[in-house]
Amino acid sequence: MEKYLIINGVKIFFENEKNILEIIQKAKIELPTFCYHSELSTYGSCRLCMVEVEGTGIIPACSTPATSGMVVSTNTEKIISMRKIIVELLLANHDRECTTCQKSQSCKLQTLARRLGIENVRFKNVVHKTDRDLSTYALVREQDKCILCGDCVRFCDEVQSIGALGFVNRGSKSVVCPNFGKDLELSECVYCGQCSRVCPTGAIIPRSEVKDVWKALSNKNKKVVVAIAPAVRAAIGEVFGLAKENGTEAAGKIVTALKMMGFYKVFDVSFTADMTIVEEANEFLERIKENNNLPLFTSCCPAWVKFVEQYYPEFIKSLSTCRSPQGMYGSIAKRIMPKILGVNKEDLVVVSIMPCTAKKYEARRKELANNGEIDIDYVITTQELAMMIEEAGLRFQDLDAYAFDMPLGFKTGAGIIFGNSGGVTEAVLRNVASGMTDGQDESEQFSFVRGEDGRREAKINLSGRELKIAIIYGLKNARQVLRELKAEKRKYDFIEVMACPGGCVGGAGQPIYNDLSTRKNRAKVLYENDKTLELHKPQDNPYVQKLYNDYLGNAPGSTKAHEYLHTHYKYRKRYKESVVISDNSSNGGVDIKVCFGNHCMKKGSKEILKHIVDYVGNKNYKDKVNISASICLEKCFSAPNVKVSNTTISKASDKSVEEAIDKEIK
Amino acid sequence: MKSNYEKFRSVCSILEEHAFDKSKLIPILQATQEEYKYLPQEILAFISSALNISPAKVYGVATFYSHFSLTPKGKHIIRICDGTACHVKKSSTIIDALKKKLNLNGSETTTKDMLFTLETVACLGACGLAPAIVIDGKVYGQMTASKAVALIDNIC
Repeated sequence: MEKYLIINGVKIFFENEKNILEIIQKAKIELPTFCYHSELSTYGSCRLCMVEVEGTGIIPACSTPATSGMVVSTNTEKIISMRKIIVELLLANHDRECTTCQKSQSCKLQTLARRLGIENVRFKNVVHKTDRDLSTYALVREQDKCILCGDCVRFCDEVQSIGALGFVNRGSKSVVCPNFGKDLELSECVYCGQCSRVCPTGAIIPRSEVKDVWKALSNKNKKVVVAIAPAVRAAIGEVFGLAKENGTEAAGKIVTALKMMGFYKVFDVSFTADMTIVEEANEFLERIKENNNLPLFTSCCPAWVKFVEQYYPEFIKSLSTCRSPQGMYGSIAKRIMPKILGVNKEDLVVVSIMPCTAKKYEARRKELANNGEIDIDYVITTQELAMMIEEAGLRFQDLDAYAFDMPLGFKTGAGIIFGNSGGVTEAVLRNVASGMTDGQDESEQFSFVRGEDGRREAKINLSGRELKIAIIYGLKNARQVLRELKAEKRKYDFIEVMACPGGCVGGAGQPIYNDLSTRKNRAKVLYENDKTLELHKPQDNPYVQKLYNDYLGNAPGSTKAHEYLHTHYKYRKRYKESVVISDNSSNGGVDIKVCFGNHCMKKGSKEILKHIVDYVGNKNYKDKVNISASICLEKCFSAPNVKVSNTTISKASDKSVEEAIDKEIK
Repeated sequence: MKSNYEKFRSVCSILEEHAFDKSKLIPILQATQEEYKYLPQEILAFISSALNISPAKVYGVATFYSHFSLTPKGKHIIRICDGTACHVKKSSTIIDALKKKLNLNGSETTTKDMLFTLETVACLGACGLAPAIVIDGKVYGQMTASKAVALIDNIC
């Protein structure tokens, strides 16, 4: 028997929808909600999706499963007045500086206040002004704008398995903040910025660098070069009402807009994406040959890279040492471009336009710096690009398309599809398995790696060897795979990970989207763009070949290529705290740090600490040492670790620690 | 007084007794607070690392329950009931008198010499004794401001 609901007098059939809310959406009614996201667990905190069910009363639609025959009203007088009160109460606690808020126009609170016809707020405005958290380059937190819907908390925990943000305190004192109320920089945040995407207000927003870029543009002595990432062209049109976007055309319009703003050269990150593939594929083949450090993890996503550095240092060696396309662009722009363009390096300002907030962090990674100098001066998001276009008063939709500047403007389709989950894998396959593509449509040959799932697998035969590939988005999925790798339940040769759902097209720097169809459309734009290009294999890009010949030691993997196009990674300590056991630092005592990280604890740090305490007691060293329990010393593979003064003793034994202490004290 | 080492060792034992089970976070925090009389930040970080829970979550739990304290407490803990019955019987005058006696301003709860902590609680469940206070676990009923101050004088 078919199941149905009567919604506002209309019969709507349903099958397996999770709750009444989804059925109501099927009836083409958009119920107001702050806290309901189909990709997250149901929380039911905002109470805006209240509906009246005959015989039951008023219930939240998001957390009520449907029973066939229910008679639902979504807009009764009672409900309307309840919704208004809820929004008014939220507004009473909200910093209502809408005119200067970056989220203005994409703010759900603002939209709902308008939709519900709220003309005045009957309650006194109570805002506890707190300082903005400007500790990171990626994101800005502004607590006065938080409405406690918990979307960011759940996304960070449920999709990314990080939990950098949490609810603190209770009742009227509740706030959402990182651990111990500290700044975001000190948390485990990987800067994917998805919290800012799901945040209905401006409580978390990408940190804008627009002002700095304008400043550079207005400096007559500077030449500002810019490059746009593949995914940017797939989404910019959404802001300007271009419904069916064409990647080539959108990119062309962006070039025109940027030139009109005064950028000296406009390049395409897809070019360096081609380069990344050539370099990474070479690395992959070498690792296969030597059967070393497999699986190879892609390293284009900075959030994923930080994730590995932070939680799985044992897998750092699996990360491809290739810089991301942005990293390669920066390196080439700062080190090779001055020669090509005949411009002084000091006069060059390098900007990149990314769909991503983590790229802002990546650009400032010390590991990517060249003699302490960072390559990329400013990173702006697609959102910020749209702001600049608006600020400049350009009618984007009416602009003519213009071509990118050479040589960093020429790309193959491989560099374009980089923006999609599965795109990097597909591009690598087009490179390494290119020998067998005769007669086939090059843009479709490996399309089996595409898909919508957050975890996909593929197999391919490469000269007699079967390669197992995993394609992942969402760091929780990635964590699951790493756990399985660790437990040796799975074996892969190549793993592509992008932190954001759908890959870069779904990045947090893109215009805010709320429905899956928008993201799917972006992915489609990139695949179609690939089709329209003449070349699909990165190694066929003649300008990539020329750059190798002229500046990068002729071939991928050369010493020069390593110098310019590769990077390194490091353990990233998650905790800054340590527990003081004894402190004589005022007398200049010797520091003894016993690691109490999980690995070391399992290997007996408790016994080692006991032995040290007893030993310094027996030897009368008590007043000469500062003992602490550290989390952690980041040498998990050689647990247990003890650090005496500046020497770390790995696989510490009672004896080796005693010797080290004796040595330091004498 | 237990040494830092003894307290830390106890926390390790508490974690072992609960088999590093993250679902036992609340009992672990309770037992830890017994040791330290409050929950020091570095210990919360250690617990979060040992249980593999994000520190934000541990901090969220520790700040949610009023039972948990994140600031050090004084040697003597005075709890004044400000539940309905005690409130009606003018517990607020006792609170004021004790704050004055202990030199506590505004939202301060612990004296500078770390001798006393003054807390108000919602209900002690001793409404028949209203207004009631508890000093170091011992309940005193039918209090007045002067009687309460006298109790403090006795301790000092």
